[in-house]
Amino acid sequence: MPDTTSMTAAAPDMSEAEIEWVDRSLIDASMRTPVMFFFATAQTWLIAATLVGFICSIKLHWPGFLGNWSFLTYGRLSPLYTNMLVYGWGMPAGIGASLWMTARLCRVVLRAPWIPIISGIFWNIGVTVGSIAILAGNMQPYNLLEYPRQASVLLFIAYALIAAWGIVMFQNRRPGHIYISLWYFIGAYFWFPWLYASANLMVGSPHIHGVVHAAIAAWYAQGVLGYFFASIGLGTIYYLIPKVIGKPIHSYNLALLGFWSFALFWGLTAMARFTGGPFPVWYSSLSIAALILMLVPVGTVGVNILMTMRNDTHMVYHSPTIRFTMYGILAWIVGMIVTVLGSVREMDPYTHFTFFSVGTFHLLIYAFFTMTMFGAMYYIVPRLVGCEWLSASFIRLHFWGSAYGIGFMVFFLIVAGFVQGGSWNNPDSFKGSMEVIDQVMPFLRGRTLMWIPLGIANLLFFVHFIAMVLRLGQPSGEPTLFAPIEEGDHHP
Amino acid sequence: MKPFPSIFSGILAVFALSFIVLAMAPSLQLGSLQPYVNEDTGDIYPIDTSGVGAEGAAVYVSQGCVACHTEQVRGAGEGADIQRGWGVRRTVARDYIYDRPVLLGDMRLGPDLANIGARKDPDDPNKYTATWHYLHLYNPRSVVPGSIMPSYRFLFEKRKIVGQVDAEALKLTGDLAPPAGYEIVPTSKARDLVGYLMTLDHSHPLAEAGPNVKITGTAAK
Repeated sequence: MPDTTSMTAAAPDMSEAEIEWVDRSLIDASMRTPVMFFFATAQTWLIAATLVGFICSIKLHWPGFLGNWSFLTYGRLSPLYTNMLVYGWGMPAGIGASLWMTARLCRVVLRAPWIPIISGIFWNIGVTVGSIAILAGNMQPYNLLEYPRQASVLLFIAYALIAAWGIVMFQNRRPGHIYISLWYFIGAYFWFPWLYASANLMVGSPHIHGVVHAAIAAWYAQGVLGYFFASIGLGTIYYLIPKVIGKPIHSYNLALLGFWSFALFWGLTAMARFTGGPFPVWYSSLSIAALILMLVPVGTVGVNILMTMRNDTHMVYHSPTIRFTMYGILAWIVGMIVTVLGSVREMDPYTHFTFFSVGTFHLLIYAFFTMTMFGAMYYIVPRLVGCEWLSASFIRLHFWGSAYGIGFMVFFLIVAGFVQGGSWNNPDSFKGSMEVIDQVMPFLRGRTLMWIPLGIANLLFFVHFIAMVLRLGQPSGEPTLFAPIEEGDHHP
Repeated sequence: MKPFPSIFSGILAVFALSFIVLAMAPSLQLGSLQPYVNEDTGDIYPIDTSGVGAEGAAVYVSQGCVACHTEQVRGAGEGADIQRGWGVRRTVARDYIYDRPVLLGDMRLGPDLANIGARKDPDDPNKYTATWHYLHLYNPRSVVPGSIMPSYRFLFEKRKIVGQVDAEALKLTGDLAPPAGYEIVPTSKARDLVGYLMTLDHSHPLAEAGPNVKITGTAAK
């Protein structure tokens, strides 16, 4: 790879801008098949996860629903849903988006695109094998580590190959400044394989006794949330927002402070899941302290993005990418603040072992990460397929269905958590289990209702995406916007 | 390729810290805990009973019971687990040294099960017996009205009565009763599961868990 010259033997009469344009086209051409493969499979799993999530939600207030088959029992569908959302949808979406952005930021063409494609195939076989195993009851009892060994080995190999490809692109980058998004992506490429391999090897190891298995499983579940999902999500937001509004990031030093404080503190937060549990007390104290310190990176990222956007807030009325990613960054800030508040010892009895943690999980994995990935797909897919999104109304419906659906769902879950924790810990008023469940029931019904806008939104997006794959979009040129941007456009 | 840049070292260093503090430290501190032994009285706790409950624990895992039930009791200052009668003391790391897998759980849609094998309801001596568990698993709402626990009918079989009625056949009435000449009996999976539940008892005193609480007649729910 030549370092200083363009990838193309530039014709002497080409301007700098034209050379840039040719380079970008070459990068996109090399990325087209792998990234679209990751996006398409991710979307398919998202539809499946939506369906399973809906069924799970119904089962909590209608326990007889689809109740005659062991493979459809709540105890299996619930982990199936979470795993589909995380490994079927979330990770491939993040991998596809981050690989593309890494290539663009490093300005290198993806070499041997068949390697990421093979990895994508391995990955999806792994998710399929894991899903079937969960339906058959062949699973481990640890959150996000349910997949049996056959599936987790496939996932590990696939991810390791992709991470290696990302790191090779980074090492071959053209000289110059390393943009902040790359720090987050390179972090995710190094962290996840280590995290996944060590967690899978240690959980279930016959050389380790007792509660250590649970500690490592919690370390993994918390780790993947930050060291994959938050890394990829924040890196994506740092890429897309300045790109779309055409302004540099507000403060680069603040961005670096945010990155390193995030990387340092996140890894120590896992044991906040075990307050009052069968562990020496210092573990949960340390993790609660680390969670409080997480407010530093959350604050810096928040200030940085909002300051970058400060004169361009009208863009949320125009650009789908900006609207989705702004929802994402706000969900990250709110989600982390709520997580921190819920984990302090005074609040723990109200939040621990309840829907509260389901709520914060969805805030981070859906309201933050998934919405950010939607924004990224609206930006990336037209550049890969060579046509623009068909319909602004579809995008608008997708946004509002998702925004209301996940917003209210998370609200119901968090309130349900407080109610559930409050009643379990008030045995004088709520003597039996059923009295506790009765308190939570209205919120569980509300949550089921919220699957309807979410399901419609996801189906619409799926159809819209298929149309793009079939090149049925509008001719290239102007991106599909909610409303045209006019000179001096400044909405309130 | 450029030389290994310092960004990689930094990224690996922060993760190494996380790995050491939250994965290695618990392994070293808690990974080789031994049972409590009192040589004067010959008292040993816990005893390795993994042979007894192992099959049932596997059923517990494969049915996903952990999605709604925990097996850990928090101390008196942290939630009302003990007031609810879920245990007479908090559970500590030593309680679980022979558990494989460890089923701590993180969601309580139903009661904690850390001591379900020892639980008694003073108002209803039949509650929490093996017979009760079979009925509860077969149709939770027949013994706990309003329960949202799924029915585990697929862990039972309907078969023709040959000779005598099976001793473990469920005593079902009304709509649930099988047709004349048939009986509903637990499969080996249901037997293993209930067998496992009946082994769950963490009431043996342990110094690090503090003194046991006296149960004062309130029903454990």
